[in-house]
Amino acid sequence: MQELDPGVMLAVLLEMMGIWFWLLGLLAVIGLVSFGWLLVRERALVASRLVRAQAFALLAGAGALVLMAHVTKSGFTDAGGPVDWLLIVAIFAGGWIGGTILIYALMGWWPHIPGHERLAALFARPPPGSLKRSSRLPSGRAGS
Amino acid sequence: MSYSRRALQKVRLPTQTGLARREFLQLGAAGLAGAGLLSACSPRPDRVQTSAHIVIAGAGAAGLTAASRLAQRLDGARITIIDPRVRHLYQPGFTLIAAGLQPARYAVSNTGSYLPRDVNWIEAGVAEFDPEANAVVTSTGQRVEYDYLFAAVGIDLDYDAIEGMDTSLIGQNGLGSVYHSPEAAAATWRELDRFAETGGDALFLRPATEMKCAGAPLKYTFIVDDILRRRGTRGRSELTYAAHNNVLFSVPIVSEKVRMLYQDREVDTLYSHVLKSIDPGARRAVFDTPGGEVERPYDFINVIPPMRAATALRNSPLAWTSGPYAFDGWAEVDRHTLRHARFPNVFVVGDAAGVPKGKTAASVKWQVPVAIDHLAAELAGTQSGSRYDGYTSCPLITRLGRAMLVEFDYQDNLTPSFPGVIAPLEELWISWVMKTIALKPTYVSMLRGEA
Ligand SMILES: Cc1cc2nc3c(=O)[nH]c(=O)nc-3n(C[C@H](O)[C@H](O)[C@H](O)COP(=O)(O)OP(=O)(O)OC[C@H]3O[C@@H](n4cnc5c(N)ncnc54)[C@H](O)[C@@H]3O)c2cc1C
Repeated sequence: MQELDPGVMLAVLLEMMGIWFWLLGLLAVIGLVSFGWLLVRERALVASRLVRAQAFALLAGAGALVLMAHVTKSGFTDAGGPVDWLLIVAIFAGGWIGGTILIYALMGWWPHIPGHERLAALFARPPPGSLKRSSRLPSGRAGS
Repeated sequence: MSYSRRALQKVRLPTQTGLARREFLQLGAAGLAGAGLLSACSPRPDRVQTSAHIVIAGAGAAGLTAASRLAQRLDGARITIIDPRVRHLYQPGFTLIAAGLQPARYAVSNTGSYLPRDVNWIEAGVAEFDPEANAVVTSTGQRVEYDYLFAAVGIDLDYDAIEGMDTSLIGQNGLGSVYHSPEAAAATWRELDRFAETGGDALFLRPATEMKCAGAPLKYTFIVDDILRRRGTRGRSELTYAAHNNVLFSVPIVSEKVRMLYQDREVDTLYSHVLKSIDPGARRAVFDTPGGEVERPYDFINVIPPMRAATALRNSPLAWTSGPYAFDGWAEVDRHTLRHARFPNVFVVGDAAGVPKGKTAASVKWQVPVAIDHLAAELAGTQSGSRYDGYTSCPLITRLGRAMLVEFDYQDNLTPSFPGVIAPLEELWISWVMKTIALKPTYVSMLRGEA
């Protein structure tokens, strides 16, 4: 029996994920650094923000499961034993924890991002196509 | 003797420690285990200075792995690889192609893309092995002399041994054959896809020779059963698995488990049935049995032909001259070192080796480093204690979405990598995950000498 060699793990993960290995790695680094920096800056975890981040991150957990189901052409309904449930929990937890860190950091840094108001407005305003349609409705928000 | 003992053999390096049972931590890595990811944790050994000329015959899984590892391990060696095949085939992918989960191109890549820069590739076949003269002669008449030879020419599929078989008919009239090629696997899927709409009699079998990945015929039976169930035509169908001897798998505990699962899935089992001839037009197969010939009609069949060592090796002095491996020409090597019994400067790795187990890509992963360790030790004037003990890992798919991670050794012992975490005889999603996403990257990393 052999132990797991980190070098082998890395080679296989690189082969498995291709460019996604670096993109996700970069995202993880950005998330962790900005989260850590935020903690240092604020000297505390903001409870209300954390709860909201955790709530939104449930979607990231679910997304991780959907992604796994997609790439393995199977799904958690195929779970056949305890280790499968542990794997499912691990995948969900990975997505959820990662999502929480990213969303928490994003929410914390949001007011400091240059142009964040314009960005927020962009999201708040309906897209041009829907503007046209909604303008025909008497209660449309076209004038807003 | 039993021919169905397949193996993912495992190296015992003298420096290695026992299995670390950090079980929970292992969980995340477990998905990669059966793909042969476990590796010796010891640091890379020093490079050995040499001016030896090493010839590798065959650039399949074993030949390419050997090329990469030799290039890493030896400094100054001249390495030549000989193989006419430009496309590299990831054969474990054939099963997924024939299940309709991957296209044919999933299993195809370029041989050249895995070759280290300094390795010289002769694009020809070896026509003759002449180990007495330390030389091989290629199909183009070139004589190549060597100091050391790695023979990794793999297996010949002997379709001609089945009377009436015509490989050009694969994919027509219910005739499937997953082993032939990626294209044949895709054609088999198209035929299965059509058959599954109506249901009918499906026939599965294995040859009475040694074969690569003896789990593959069993897997495909499970897959077809599952697909018919999903299409709602299982009730109208009869599935029959014809074993060549009196077991379903050579490892008794695995054979018994498969028997139980086949009973559960209502797959009929026939024993001591060896496919003799086939009439693809009339869809009838004839089996040799102890009681004489038996004819069976089918609507869908997965033909797996007899397998022999590649012709050039079979007809060479490298083949066994007596015993169970002589008839099909497997190479006479020491089962623990892969060194030839009569020509000590020859190693035979991969499917062509005449050892009881070890005709899987995962076996290659464990065989090649052992053989190279022995060669490097000889070049350095030392001794190697590396051993290949017959560890085998076979992700045995039992339905789409589940597999059993069966691992065993020369002695038919189960050797689970994750005892208490991944039960070897349990149908699990994690083992399926491994087969579908971890096996190919591990295989490719192996070819590059990185895993
Ligand atoms: C359907 C199927 C499913 C499988 N499933 C699995 C699985 O799930 N897990 C697993 O681990 N393994 C599996 N395998 C087995 C695995 O693919 C083989 O064991 C592995 O490829 C063996 O490597 P090899 O180098 O010995 O032979 P190959 O990879 O077949 O390579 C042999 C090479 O030798 C060359 N050659 C032949 N004759 C000559 C000559 N005279 N001169 C020069 N070159 C020559 C050929 O062109 C070829 O490139 C499966 C195989 C099949 C067919």
